[in-house]
Amino acid sequence: MPKDNGIGASTKRREDVRFLTGTGNYTDDINLYGQAYVHFLRSDVAHGRINGIDTAAAEAMPGVLRIFTGADFEALGGLPCGWQVTDRFGQPMKEPKHPVLAHGKVRHVGDPICAVVAETLDQARDAAEAIVLDIEELPAVVDMRKALEEGATLVHDDLTDNLCYDWGFVEENKEAVDEAIRNAAHVTTLELINNRLVPNPMEPRVAVGDFNAASGDSTLYTTSQNPHVIRLLMGAFVLGIPEHKLRVVAPDVGGGFGSKIYHYAEEALCTFAAKALRRPVKWTSTRSEAFMSDAHARDHVTKIELALDADHKFTAVRTSTLANMGAYLSTFAPSIPTWLHGTLMAGNYTTPLVYCNVRAVFTNTVPVDAYRGAGRPEATYQLERVIDKAARELGVDPIEIRRKNFVTEFPYQTPVAVEYDSGDFHRLMDKLEARADFAGFAARREESKKKGLLRGLGINCFIEACGIAPSNLVGQLGARAGLYESATVRVNATGGLVVMTGSHSHGQGHETVFPQVIAEMTGLDANMIEISHGDTANTPMGMGTYGSRSIAVGGSAMVRATEKIINKMKKIAAHLMEAAESDIELRDGTFSVAGTDKSVAWGDVTLAAYVPHNYPLEDIEPGLEETAFYDPANFTYPAGAYACEVEVDPETGRVTIARFTTADDFGNVMNPMIVDGQVHGGLAQGIGQALLENASYDENGQLLSASYMDYAMPRADDVPFFSVDHSNGTPCTHNPLGVKGCGEAGAIGSTPTVVNAVVDALQSGGYKVDHVDMPVTPSRVWAAMQG
Amino acid sequence: MTEVTMTVNGKSVSRAVRGNELLVEFLREQLRLTGTHVGCDTSQCGACNVHVNGEVVKACTMFAAEAQGAEVTTIEGMANADGSLSTIQQAFQDHHGLQCGFCTPGMVMSAAALLKDNPKPSEAEVRHHLQGNICRCTGYHNIVKAIMAASGQDVGAIAAE
Repeated sequence: MPKDNGIGASTKRREDVRFLTGTGNYTDDINLYGQAYVHFLRSDVAHGRINGIDTAAAEAMPGVLRIFTGADFEALGGLPCGWQVTDRFGQPMKEPKHPVLAHGKVRHVGDPICAVVAETLDQARDAAEAIVLDIEELPAVVDMRKALEEGATLVHDDLTDNLCYDWGFVEENKEAVDEAIRNAAHVTTLELINNRLVPNPMEPRVAVGDFNAASGDSTLYTTSQNPHVIRLLMGAFVLGIPEHKLRVVAPDVGGGFGSKIYHYAEEALCTFAAKALRRPVKWTSTRSEAFMSDAHARDHVTKIELALDADHKFTAVRTSTLANMGAYLSTFAPSIPTWLHGTLMAGNYTTPLVYCNVRAVFTNTVPVDAYRGAGRPEATYQLERVIDKAARELGVDPIEIRRKNFVTEFPYQTPVAVEYDSGDFHRLMDKLEARADFAGFAARREESKKKGLLRGLGINCFIEACGIAPSNLVGQLGARAGLYESATVRVNATGGLVVMTGSHSHGQGHETVFPQVIAEMTGLDANMIEISHGDTANTPMGMGTYGSRSIAVGGSAMVRATEKIINKMKKIAAHLMEAAESDIELRDGTFSVAGTDKSVAWGDVTLAAYVPHNYPLEDIEPGLEETAFYDPANFTYPAGAYACEVEVDPETGRVTIARFTTADDFGNVMNPMIVDGQVHGGLAQGIGQALLENASYDENGQLLSASYMDYAMPRADDVPFFSVDHSNGTPCTHNPLGVKGCGEAGAIGSTPTVVNAVVDALQSGGYKVDHVDMPVTPSRVWAAMQG
Repeated sequence: MTEVTMTVNGKSVSRAVRGNELLVEFLREQLRLTGTHVGCDTSQCGACNVHVNGEVVKACTMFAAEAQGAEVTTIEGMANADGSLSTIQQAFQDHHGLQCGFCTPGMVMSAAALLKDNPKPSEAEVRHHLQGNICRCTGYHNIVKAIMAASGQDVGAIAAE
């Protein structure tokens, strides 16, 4: 077994070499012969009626090939929504059409109205300026509370109000929860905002459409986390192209964080235009366009109540949230504040009764959908903030109150549908207490005090549902897709092995980690193993990468397919050695007969499979290629305990992250180096949300933070070195690798940790502040300190 | 159109450029050096960092015509002569200083400029220097670590893995 390349090794990433030498192949690096360029003319008002679009002058401009408007797509489908939520009263959510190009009305700043295709990008941009729009501006609906008021302006004229759904979970528990809260010894209430974010992968979205007139096939190159999903959604629901005539390629993708899951209008436009014009059509998003066209995230207004008995045991949680959907339903938007949010409201605790109400609201803003964590950060933030507030109100230690309520026996059936299969929350907290050096905090606080700074310590525990997801379960919950994953494993005659996976790597390192698993299973050297992903033409139907699912679901499919290969190779080896199949062992890439010195090399077996001269043709077919589709039996449940120390400057309100320590349970870890990196990145995104980032709209629906000048991305000096640990994994009980997934933990666990620390710091200075909304900017902290 | 001549990664190149053609467009579209990336339109993200006459420059803020006669180095010109990774590139791989790879070329160019002027930067100096380079994947931890390691400093004691 190659120990430096197997499971658990911090194998260096093979993909790094191309990224470090500038030889990666991102979508914008793809230029096709004869390609034209598209520029989108987007709405600069949040809400308006389109009374006319005059493209005559623009069409006469140099280089212009065609100008598309909403009318060109009227007979085609809208961008589909992949999840139907059913409301408290058994009614389906409202699902207004999301046209590829605005038709009738524009509904958010950035809503595409026209697509100008020209020989060059400059020509397309110039022509767009010559289009005459007659748009009657309407009052914008921006604030969710106002959107629900009687008589509010309607975002969609064909709906009776701006409410997408009013969801309750668990609806049957509602009265019991109300009663538990009425009868509680103590109830802590907290109202908070989970700020709107823009995911901001560093690579802006790109789409290149191509059409082969000879075959009638369309190809789309796109920045996607799930090319098969785009193929299905765009082909079947928007453009009417059958999957066998449509190929979607997502090559190197420069980060996604959820925002590249969804099917976007620009993809459909480029594919459609390429066919209409018989030439490739390319669109590259500018960052400013990305801010007003990539799906946004979070944006909840929440009230949570936590009921405790006299012994400080949690007896009930009741929470009520307004969730912003934006102007249209993005691909998975309805599922985020519901099934990825309400189901996590038990957290790490034995709270027996939970009721979560979510009202989803249409507004004249960019659609909101999943972003790293997706629903689970919103659940964790409110729950862990209210627990912290309760501890302060009751004068008890925030760690002790959590420990008192921890789930300790597994499997554990929560009152919110999900069943945790494994975990050890006390052990995580033990680890955290030691690593974060809580014993030394008092001395560090004194040191900060000498500098005139207030030091605070924040604690947080969380659990998440990952490895998304069992198809039959999510189907019952409204998903219009299965959430299995696929892998085809092909072993060539000369022994090399290729895995064609439906998972997609956009930074996660699959090309390195997946071979580690195969190396462990087969004993092959990693350089004999290749990973192929991102092209619907040469991978089996896959659901792609999000929800920390690649290794848990895609990795499991790969293991199953590899097992099939190994079993077949054992049959061949048994034949070659004239032994019983049950006696064949595979070790270090060699097949041997147990208890004998007889063996055949890996390459002898692979060659026999493709040159089957001496081969059991009556029992098995030649060749070595196997496919597996893996549908998980349950979610996985990564959990963690996080600690953050902040310093607050009382003169300015500025918050600095002084220390950040994590203790995570990811189950078994395939590559510790990569797992560390995933946690680091999630932490920075969570710290960004907590301290810096805010997608801000004015009352007219103008996006005020639409560039890096105004949207505060975390920079290198906004974060410290992180102290991360994942040595206390409890293996997942239901997948073959015992893995839980690590992609989202950092983003889920960090926001309440930071805000808890800020409140601790302020209270230590005598300020009666029990909450500051994110982002905890200097002005907000300073204002809170002034009371 | 204006004819410009410059040296890119040691080779002299001459091309006709539009007056408004940015250096990054020239590199990506005319020379097909697509390692230099565009991540924003306000000169904030640093994904397009290249070296012009030895100074780090955001290639989105400079016209191609302004580089007339200049020595330009891009990420494609950063490896050793034998094609192996340079010290900084190798440190990024060794310390997992990249994930999606999109900001990476700019980070490497920025790091090289820092280490030229400040061969043993402190953590704070590295972080300060990287203010003009945005990474969304790594949380900067391993980038800072890689740059300090590339400067020959012992990074074994840095918290976490």
